[in-house]
Amino acid sequence: MNADLIIALPEITLLTLACLVLLVDAFSKDPLHLLTYWTTQASLLVVLAMVLCYFPENPQIAFNGSFVSDSMSAILKAFMCGISFVVFLYSHEYLKEHKFLKGEYFVLGLFAVLGMMIMASAYSLLSVYLGLELLSLSLYAMVAMQRDSSAASEAAMKYFVLGAIASGMLLYGISMIYGLTGSLDLLTIAERINVDSANHMYLVYGMIFLIIGIAFKLGAAPFHMWVPDVYQGAPTSVTLFISTAPKLAAFAMAMRILVDGLMPLVNDWQSILAILAVLSMATGNIVAIAQTNIKRMLAYSTIAHVGFLFLGLIAGTTSGFSGSMFYIISYALMSMGAFGMVILLGRNGFEADMLDDFKGLSERSPWFAFVMLCIMFSMAGVPPFLGFWSKWFVLKELVASGFVELAAIAVLFSIIGAYYYLRIIKLMYFDKPNSMTAIKSSKQMRFVLSINGVLILALGLAPNALMSLCLVALAG
Amino acid sequence: MTLNSLPILSILIWTPIIGGIWALIAGDRQEQTVKYFSFAVSVITFIFSVILYCQFDPAYVGMQFVEETNWITAFDIKYHLGVDGIALPLIMLTSFTTILVILAAWEVIEKHISYYMCAFLILTGLMNGVFVALDAILFYVYWEAMLIPMFLIIGIWGGPNRVYATIKFFLYTFLGSVFMLVAFLYLYSVAGSFNIEALHNVPLTLTAQKFIFVAFFLAFAVKIPMWPVHTWLPDAHVEAPTGGSVILAAIMLKMGGYGFLRFSLPITPDGSDYFSGAMIVLSLIAIVYIGFVALVQEDMKKLIAYSSISHMGFVTLGFFIPFSIYAASNSTSGAIMGMEGAMMQMISHGFISAAMFLCVGVMYDRLHSRMIKDYGGVVNSMPTFAAFMMLFAMANAGLPGTSGFVGEFLVILSSYEASFWIAFTAAITLILGAAYTLWMYKRVVFGDVTKEAVAELKDVNGREAFILFLLAVVVLTFGIWPAPIFEVMHTSVEQLIEHVLQSKIL
Repeated sequence: MNADLIIALPEITLLTLACLVLLVDAFSKDPLHLLTYWTTQASLLVVLAMVLCYFPENPQIAFNGSFVSDSMSAILKAFMCGISFVVFLYSHEYLKEHKFLKGEYFVLGLFAVLGMMIMASAYSLLSVYLGLELLSLSLYAMVAMQRDSSAASEAAMKYFVLGAIASGMLLYGISMIYGLTGSLDLLTIAERINVDSANHMYLVYGMIFLIIGIAFKLGAAPFHMWVPDVYQGAPTSVTLFISTAPKLAAFAMAMRILVDGLMPLVNDWQSILAILAVLSMATGNIVAIAQTNIKRMLAYSTIAHVGFLFLGLIAGTTSGFSGSMFYIISYALMSMGAFGMVILLGRNGFEADMLDDFKGLSERSPWFAFVMLCIMFSMAGVPPFLGFWSKWFVLKELVASGFVELAAIAVLFSIIGAYYYLRIIKLMYFDKPNSMTAIKSSKQMRFVLSINGVLILALGLAPNALMSLCLVALAG
Repeated sequence: MTLNSLPILSILIWTPIIGGIWALIAGDRQEQTVKYFSFAVSVITFIFSVILYCQFDPAYVGMQFVEETNWITAFDIKYHLGVDGIALPLIMLTSFTTILVILAAWEVIEKHISYYMCAFLILTGLMNGVFVALDAILFYVYWEAMLIPMFLIIGIWGGPNRVYATIKFFLYTFLGSVFMLVAFLYLYSVAGSFNIEALHNVPLTLTAQKFIFVAFFLAFAVKIPMWPVHTWLPDAHVEAPTGGSVILAAIMLKMGGYGFLRFSLPITPDGSDYFSGAMIVLSLIAIVYIGFVALVQEDMKKLIAYSSISHMGFVTLGFFIPFSIYAASNSTSGAIMGMEGAMMQMISHGFISAAMFLCVGVMYDRLHSRMIKDYGGVVNSMPTFAAFMMLFAMANAGLPGTSGFVGEFLVILSSYEASFWIAFTAAITLILGAAYTLWMYKRVVFGDVTKEAVAELKDVNGREAFILFLLAVVVLTFGIWPAPIFEVMHTSVEQLIEHVLQSKIL
C-alpha cells in the first residue's frame, strides 16, 4: 500500500494543496487574492517538481491496476503543470482587468489539473471516467463564472448539457466493454479481446461509444458543436485554459483507451478515426475562414488541429503515437500564445476578440505583432516554426504506415487552413490600426508571452529535444 | 584559419540572416546606418560567393565544400550543405542581385526601411540555403521559410492590390510545395534517408516515380512558373515593390528550375522520361502562347512578367528535351548542350529580368505609373536611361552579343536534334520576343513627348546609373564570353545527363 501512495504522490499532494488553497482563500480579504494566487502557483511548481523527481524509469502500476505512472504520463503531467502555471498567470491579469477576480477560479483550476493528471495516469476505465468528470465539472463551473455575462452562461449551459451526453455515451461504451470482457482494467481488457470471436462486432459497438466520448472531449467533428460556442462565450482566460492543458489530458485518454486497452481492435478504430480526422480537418479549416471573431476562429482551428492529431494515432505505430504527442504539446504551446495575445490586447473590461482588433498591430507594438506572426505561421505549419515539425512528424509516420492518400488529403486541408492564419498577419502588418492606444500590461505577462513566442521559433529551429522526448515517452 | 577551412556555405547563408536581424534591431531611427550596414552585408556576402567561385574545382565530380552536422538526430536529419556546378552560378546570381536590390531601395523606400532591409537580407540567406541544402528536409525548410519574407515584402511595400497578390502568391506556392513534402516523406519510407544524393540512387517502381514526379512537378512548375499554373506571377510582379519583383524574377523563378535539376530529373528519371513529351508541350505553349499574351499587355511590369514565363519555357524545354534527343540520336552531346543552354538561360534571365524591372522601377519612382500609355518620348528627357534600357530590351529579345541570345540559341539548336517542329515552334519566340519587348520600348521611349510629366522627367542619378551599369556589363560580358559559366557547370551537367538517361526502375 505504501508503494501505491508513492506512485500517486504528485496527485495526492495536489489534492492536499488544492484544499489548502481553498482554505487560504476563505480567510483572505485581499480583493486581488494575491495570496490565493501565489499559493496556487506555488502548488503547481511543487507538483511539477515532484513529477520530475519521481520520473518513472519503468511503468509502475498502483491501486490494483487502476493507476499507472509511466514516462508518457510523467511528461504529460509536467507539461500540464507548466502550461497551467502560465495560464493562471495570464488569468490573474485578465480577471483583474475584467473585474471578476475570484479565489474559486484558482481552486477550480487546481481541481481541473488534478483531473487531468488522473486521466494521464488512468489505467482502468473507471479511473479514466473519474479523472474526466473531475476535469469537466471544474471546467463547466469556470465557464459559468462570469455570472452577469449571458454569453458565458449560455456557453456553460451548452457545454454542460453536451458534456453530460458525451459522458453518458462514454459510460455506455464502458459498460458494453465491461460486459464483454468482464473487466474495467485496460490491460486485462487488451488481453481478453479476441478479434476472431463472435463478440467482435459487439466489441466494436462498445468501442464506437468510447471513441465518441474521446472525440467529444477533443472536439473532433462531428462532435465539435460545443467548441465554437464555448470558446467564444467563455471568458478568454477560461478559453485559454480549455484549449491548452485539457487537450493533453484528452490525448492521454485517447492513448489509454485506444492503445493500452483496445489495441487488438486497431484495424477497426483506425478507419473510424480516419473519418473523424478528415471531417475535422474539413470542417475546422473551411468554417474558420468565415469567422470574424478570433476566439471562434481559433476554435475552428482547434477542430482542424485535432484532425491532424488523429492522423498520428491512425498510423498505429509507437512512433506515430509519439508524433501525436508531439503534435498536442506543440498545439498547446501555440494555443497558449494565441489566446495570450487576445488577453494582452484586451483592457479594462474590453475584450479584443474581434479580428479587426488586430489591425495594424505592427504599428502599435512591433514586438508582439512579431510574436503573433510566429504563432500564426506556426499554426499554419510553415517552417521554421514549431507547428511545421508537428505536422511533419505526424505526416511522416502516416506515410511510413502506408497511408499516403490520407497524408495528401491532410496537406490539402492545411493549405486551406493557411488562408485564415495569413489573414491575421495581413491585418497586423498590411492594414492601418484603428487606434494607436498603447498596449499596457504587466511586465511578467509581457515577459512570459515573449518567451512563448520565442520558444515557438526556437523549438522550430531545434526540435530534436522535444521529438526525442516524445519518442522516449512511448518507447518504454 | 585558412580560407579553405572556412565553412563558406554556412557563411553565405548566415551572414545575411544575422545581418538582417541586426538591421531590424537597429530600427528605423538610424536610417542611414541601416542602409550602409545592409549594403556592407550584401557586399560581404557577394565577396564570399566570389571566393567560393575561385576555389571551386570545375573538374570535380560531385559535391564540394561539403558541411555535415547532425541537426535532428531522432530522424537522422542533417544540416548537410554542398555545392556543385549547377548550384554555384545560382548562388553567385543571388548574392549579386541582393546588392542591386539594396541599392535600388536607397531613397525609394520610405516606410520602415529597417524591416525592408531585414526582409531582403534574410531572404538572401534562405535562398542561398535552398541552393546548397543536400538534405531534403533542410531544403524544404529553406524553401518554405523563404515565403515568409516575400509575403511580407509584397504585402507591406506593394501596390494597391497587394493583399490579393501576396496571399495568392503564398497559397499558390504553398500548394505546390506541400505535395513535395509528402513525396519526400514517401521517399524516406523507401530509402530510409533524407540525403538528396542517396535519394538520387534509390531504385523506384515506374508507378511510384510517376506519382513522385507529379508531386515534384506541382512544387517546381508553380515556382518556375509553367503554363497553366503561372497565374500568380503577373499579380505578384505587378504589386511587388521593385526590389521584390527583381528577386522574384531573378532568383525565385530559378528555384523551380533548380528543383527540376536537383530532384525531378535525378530522383525520378523514368518518370521524367514518361512525362517529357507533356513537359515539352507545356514548355512550347508557355513560349508561344504567353509570348502572345505579353504582346497585348498595357502594364510594363505585367509585360515583363509574361515575358519571364515565356523565357522560362525555354528552361523547361531544355531540361526535358534530352530524352527525345537521346532517343533520336543516341548521343549525349546534344542533350548536354540543351541542358547547358537551359542553365545559361536561367542565369541570363536573372540578370536581364532584374535589369528590366529596375528600369521600370526607375520610371515608376518618377511618375508613379507603370502603364505604357502614360509614357512616350522618354528619350528626350532621360537619354542615358534610354540607352541602358535599349540594351536590356535587346537582350530580352535575344539579340546576339547579349547573354539572352546564348541560352535560347543553344536550346533551339539542341531541340533541332530531337525534332524540327519543336525547334521551329521554339524559334517563334525570336520574333515574338522582339515584338513585345521592342514595341513596348518604342511606345515608352520613342515618339513625341505628349505628356507634360514626361517632359519634366529627370535622367538617372548616379546610384541608378551605377546599378544599371553593373547589369549592362554583366549582360554584355556573358553575351560575348559565356565560357566562365559553362566551365563551372559542365562536369555537373554531364554527370546529371548520364545519371538521368539510365533507368532506375526497381
